[in-house]
Amino acid sequence: MLEIKNLNVYYGVIHALKDVTMCVNEGEIVALIGANGAGKTTLLHTISGLIRPSQGEILFLGKNIVKAKTRNIVEAGITQVPEGRRTFSGLSVYENLLMGAYLRKDKAQIKEDLEKVYERFPILKERSSQDASTLSGGEQQMLAMGRALMAKPKILLLDEPSMGLAPILVKEIFKIIEDIHAQGTTVLLVEQNARMALSIADRAYVLETGKIALSGTGEELSNSEEIQKAYLGG
Amino acid sequence: MTVFFQQLINGLSLGSIYALIALGYTMVYGIIKLINFAHGDIYMLGAYFGFLAITYLHVGFFPAILISMALCAILGVVIERIAYKPLRNATRIAALITAIGVSYFLEAGTQQVMGTSVRAFPQVLNNQVFNIAGLRITEQQIYIFVTTIVLMLILQFIVKKTKIGRAMRAVSTDSDAARLMGINVDATISITFAIGSALAGAAGVLVGIYYSSINPLMGMLPGIKAFIAAVFGGIGIIPGAMFGGFFIGICEAIVSGYGGSLFKDAVVYIILIVILVIKPAGLLGKNVKEKV
Repeated sequence: MLEIKNLNVYYGVIHALKDVTMCVNEGEIVALIGANGAGKTTLLHTISGLIRPSQGEILFLGKNIVKAKTRNIVEAGITQVPEGRRTFSGLSVYENLLMGAYLRKDKAQIKEDLEKVYERFPILKERSSQDASTLSGGEQQMLAMGRALMAKPKILLLDEPSMGLAPILVKEIFKIIEDIHAQGTTVLLVEQNARMALSIADRAYVLETGKIALSGTGEELSNSEEIQKAYLGG
Repeated sequence: MTVFFQQLINGLSLGSIYALIALGYTMVYGIIKLINFAHGDIYMLGAYFGFLAITYLHVGFFPAILISMALCAILGVVIERIAYKPLRNATRIAALITAIGVSYFLEAGTQQVMGTSVRAFPQVLNNQVFNIAGLRITEQQIYIFVTTIVLMLILQFIVKKTKIGRAMRAVSTDSDAARLMGINVDATISITFAIGSALAGAAGVLVGIYYSSINPLMGMLPGIKAFIAAVFGGIGIIPGAMFGGFFIGICEAIVSGYGGSLFKDAVVYIILIVILVIKPAGLLGKNVKEKV
């Protein structure tokens, strides 16, 4: 579904992504793990068209989207839940959710999807008229995910959904990710919490200083000695 | 006490004009964090557009305002595209200096085309005077105040209730996240400039009618005062600009009314200094903290 071939990204002289090649098949949860600064967010931003690569291809459903505008990429079905949630303060929870459906014109369907999001995240319904900035971190993460679902993505890119959340909330968020996946959305999950990410992933890639260092099924990587030492704390 | 209320009425007219200009400052700042120092000159050009429309097309008050608003909106978008867009990722100081450059360009350009002399603004409204409880209210003042309120209501509706308004607010809080929602950020910024400039255009026509004279440098002082009004209310906050504009206008009128005409500008600056010391984010501004 999503194929990345020999992707190279530079920030000035810094070579942030080096010949990254990976793919996400329809129906999978693929995890991308790696340390801070490995290039995980850069990769997601490049997929979403916020950053232009100097070389390489990104194929989505067979079409090269490397030069496409972000809004066309969103329209094609790739939606990102950015790192740090980035909900819109000053907009109510309800308005935030509507922003997710910004490019859609099917009003009746939007309304239906809104109800589905409220069903999935009842807390958002309760707080629908509140300013997004008044929500707790976990609620904001749910809002960011709900907002992304409003775009009806074919593939959901999640950037560090567990960041800064209490362990119990992390579990809840991961359960929601599995739920969303079970209902037919392909997921590319970027995480520092490698243990959690590998536990739900079909396959995973390890990014180290801009290069794909390892890849395999979630289980293989969980059991690999190298990964255990570097990312799973022993 | 009559003097006080009389000046309050006069101040509402002046404040209307400041508020309309301040809205443009605050909206543009809200969305691209730029103090658009050329904004006062768009207001000046708004007055000239109104002047030309009335003089050569022989239109009345409302068509003149609409023509001026439309032309200013286009001008605002063109200025943004040519002067500010290439600097979107540059330092803020570079954009600020460019804005000052645009300001001089518009002033000098108008002097070149229209001449440097003061021109009489044609009177399109009857200057009927109403005496109510010893207070003098002119028809012009009523037109100015009502037009301003109507424009503010329309603006509030656009910003609060429409899709484009939501997009404007989303871009102003987080433009990258907005882009990830599929919002066309450049178009949204253009629309913001268009709306802000249109409001300045309306203010230009209103001031032409109020003071019945216009000149190419008329935008400088009101521009700065409207900027102060926007900072006073909390830059980037729309109701703050409305409130700040009226407040500054009323203060100025009251100071003048009690014999302080010479000090009216100084008073405005003193108010700014006081508010910056007491509440640096402006009257309605809040210090936003990030939630973890």
